[in-house]
Amino acid sequence: MKFGVVVFPGSNCDADCYHVVKEVMNQQVEYIWHKENAVDGFDALILPGGFSYGDYLRTGAIARFSPIMPSVIDFAARGGLVIGICNGFQILLEAGLLPGAMLRNSSLKFICKPVYLKINRADTPFTNRLQVDQVTRIPVAHGEGNYFCDENTLQSLKDNGQILFTYCGADGEESPEFNPNGSLANIAGISNQKGNVLGMMPHPERCSEEILGGRDGFYIFDSMINWFEEVGK
Amino acid sequence: MKEMSYKEMGLLDEEYEQIIEILGRQPNYLELGIFAVMWSEHCGYKNSRPLLKNFPTEGPQVIQGPGENAGVVDIGDGQALVFKIESHNHPSAIEPYQGAATGVGGIVRDIFTMGARPIASLNSLRFGNIDDERVKQLFSGVVAGIGDYGNCLGIPTVGGEVYFNPAYQGNPLVNAMCVGLVNKQEIAYATASETGSPLMLVGARTGRDGIHGATFASEELSEASQEKRPSVQVGDPFMEKLLIEACLELIKEDLVAGMQDLGAAGLTSSIAEAASKKGRGVIVDVSRVPRRETGMIPYEVMLSESQERMLIVPREGKEGRISQIFDKWGLDATVIGEVTDDGMFKVFEGDVLVGAVPVEALTEGCPVYVREGMEPPYYRECRDYNIDDLSECDAGEALSQLLASPNIASKKWVYTQYDHQVMTNSSIVPGDADAAVLRVKGYQKGIALATDCNGRMVYLDPYQGGMMAVCEGARNLACVGARPLALTNCLNFGSPENPHIYWQMQEAIKGMSEAAKVLGTPVVSGNVSLYNETVDGAIFPTPVVGMVGILKDIDQRCQMAFKDEGDLIVLLGRSREELGGSEYLFVCHGIEKGAVPAVDLEEEQNLIELLVSIIEAGLVKSCHDISDGGLAAALAESSIKGSLGFNVDLDFKGSRRDKILFSEAPSRAVISLDEKDLAAVINVSAQQGIEIRVLGKVGGEDMIINDQGMEFVNLAVQDAAKIWGEAIECHMK
Repeated sequence: MKFGVVVFPGSNCDADCYHVVKEVMNQQVEYIWHKENAVDGFDALILPGGFSYGDYLRTGAIARFSPIMPSVIDFAARGGLVIGICNGFQILLEAGLLPGAMLRNSSLKFICKPVYLKINRADTPFTNRLQVDQVTRIPVAHGEGNYFCDENTLQSLKDNGQILFTYCGADGEESPEFNPNGSLANIAGISNQKGNVLGMMPHPERCSEEILGGRDGFYIFDSMINWFEEVGK
Repeated sequence: MKEMSYKEMGLLDEEYEQIIEILGRQPNYLELGIFAVMWSEHCGYKNSRPLLKNFPTEGPQVIQGPGENAGVVDIGDGQALVFKIESHNHPSAIEPYQGAATGVGGIVRDIFTMGARPIASLNSLRFGNIDDERVKQLFSGVVAGIGDYGNCLGIPTVGGEVYFNPAYQGNPLVNAMCVGLVNKQEIAYATASETGSPLMLVGARTGRDGIHGATFASEELSEASQEKRPSVQVGDPFMEKLLIEACLELIKEDLVAGMQDLGAAGLTSSIAEAASKKGRGVIVDVSRVPRRETGMIPYEVMLSESQERMLIVPREGKEGRISQIFDKWGLDATVIGEVTDDGMFKVFEGDVLVGAVPVEALTEGCPVYVREGMEPPYYRECRDYNIDDLSECDAGEALSQLLASPNIASKKWVYTQYDHQVMTNSSIVPGDADAAVLRVKGYQKGIALATDCNGRMVYLDPYQGGMMAVCEGARNLACVGARPLALTNCLNFGSPENPHIYWQMQEAIKGMSEAAKVLGTPVVSGNVSLYNETVDGAIFPTPVVGMVGILKDIDQRCQMAFKDEGDLIVLLGRSREELGGSEYLFVCHGIEKGAVPAVDLEEEQNLIELLVSIIEAGLVKSCHDISDGGLAAALAESSIKGSLGFNVDLDFKGSRRDKILFSEAPSRAVISLDEKDLAAVINVSAQQGIEIRVLGKVGGEDMIINDQGMEFVNLAVQDAAKIWGEAIECHMK
């Protein structure tokens, strides 16, 4: 399986994603510079974390105008797997590939720490190697991870089963106490309706190896590979 | 713009006379400004240079000692670490967010200027009383500034320290350290320029920010300092991120002969540096410098400290390829001058020569002052203070108070604001051990990093305190299983013109030098920050040590948390009773006095050897050195981190319990281990001549300390964890 990691100026988790795909998952991977305008030959795209264009206007707001984005949108429309992590999630929101918007963390502070995530579905391209209601531990690192959308959108996210990850406690309890950023309904990650585009604030690439304190993130990449091998081809 | 006099620029009468003598005429305003910044303490080290000579700077591991943008040490496998620590105290005192942010930006540039990929940042911070409103603003502003800048760059902030003491009330310390990794053959040096080489300026446009920042950094802070806010630069981490990527590409393709970042004194110092090779000169045309403000005079252009700018000396014929790479990253590179062979620093505005000074006068010619130190009266008075006159506090109560002290309490309020995991190398994250540990992808080795300095100890006894800072840095590394390699330091002191302060500098540097020699950790880079004073007086002398080391096998790295019920808790090192300078005296008695614990460097070295060998052998389950808060705090922290209680019995033999529990005497560590490994550890301890004593066992839900079977401290781990974990957050609400 061949992954593409899209690099915007200011991306800073691009090398981390590249490393995991290549060295941990043993898959093919290439960087895609944001000025390119084709994504031919890739089976999945990763929009990595970072501060694209410095995020001086609004996170992801400028990156969505990058030359590469029409190809990313087209790739997603054709059913290709796209995962946006942290800043990548923010870019997917700005690009309209996922509904909703991101606000500053309710603490108004950047926050970097491991959080617990509840897996709400295990039949998606991104979660098929996990179990429903399984609690995973994956770190977050962001200043704007406070997901927001209107009531109708939230209802449709719920109805369509698009909320894949929610912040919770170690035992799976979902309450505001375990919400690191104030996001609506403890939302940590959502997919599009078709299920082939995922945006998540936590960083699976930071916990795919035991030496980094855990490997729950591994299963997200592994799910993508598994899905591609079973269904995607 | 109102013109400043030479005195306002920080020059002395005799220095002004010297300039006239060098030039054979009165300097014009631009030339005066150039001399003033180049001869400031910040750039010229005119007060500290004679003292800095005492530092050991050589060793088989040293590839580059002081004198370049940063120090470089060999870590095997064809790789090297490039590192340095630097202060941004004065800017942070008046504009905490930007002051701290640009401090990070500056030190990061020093690292990638040498061709290294920055892989970690640390910071060492000092503030006044945490409950003071202004201090809270400074503290939160500094932390946010460091975080926002480093987070955006994608360089993990993996460690450091924060202390609060009234001594830093109006003059906080913000010291930033950066560490880079480089292949040995790709190390880039600053001064490799040949006659005729063009000078390319790249990065941000030049504005009026930061003019005379270097001068401002070299004087005391006063009410009028607030007016110097224009001397504080504004950071643009996105621009810096682009510069990192672009400059590292240039080096990978071997396109540059020399590279220099624009830091203190801006274009002036970087250009002087580019021409500092014997006999070289330089011409620069200020009209070619891209600006972001109109109407700037040559003086302003040459002295601006606008951030995120680099000066590049291309290899012959490589200008085109360099421009291509900068273009890819959306950066503009402009040729602003060239290297000459007449030894003169000439500034043009278009065709008009607006200033000319000999290069050598700016660098080699910087005046040097050897001053006389004088022992201050407080020294003996504090040293001779009799602690036995103090009553003994209830030990459990005192331990709780210490855990709540912001100097000992968890720093998670700070480090959760820093991205400490980006780059996916952080194998020990902040708060989990005495040092940060990074993996090197593809290798079994690990990198360990720590910063240390107990300013109070240095104040009470600069010689002992200086040794302690180096020892603690080395010991912290040993506690994770790393062998210390070399250090960088940031020497924060008051005004060197005060003989008592100069004495502190002399003594501290002497102590640090001796310790660095014995421990085999040469000083390879550093920075001096003097004039850290307000109307209320000088700060505690605070020579911060940034130590780097290597673990042979990262899989053997050791953290501070107790691991398993039933493990033995063992004290390595002597049971000691010196309470002078301890956090206990400060917190529980409000006293900052007493003879500080004596350092035995050989003992320290033996302890480090012992720790490294037993951790490498896999005999140790947890390790934590004894420092702030003494033995009791060390036990409590290991317990809290592991969510496991302990039961220890200390034989006080009639000594005061508070002395044994809270002494911060060095050369000691608390480890836990499986009982089956005790004999092996005793064996190695005997070889190293280090005392060893089993104190008790890990287990239960309470921290229990007995005196020959009689329980006198019983604290629930959960309660202690809450006190320790939330103290800083509570202060900051």
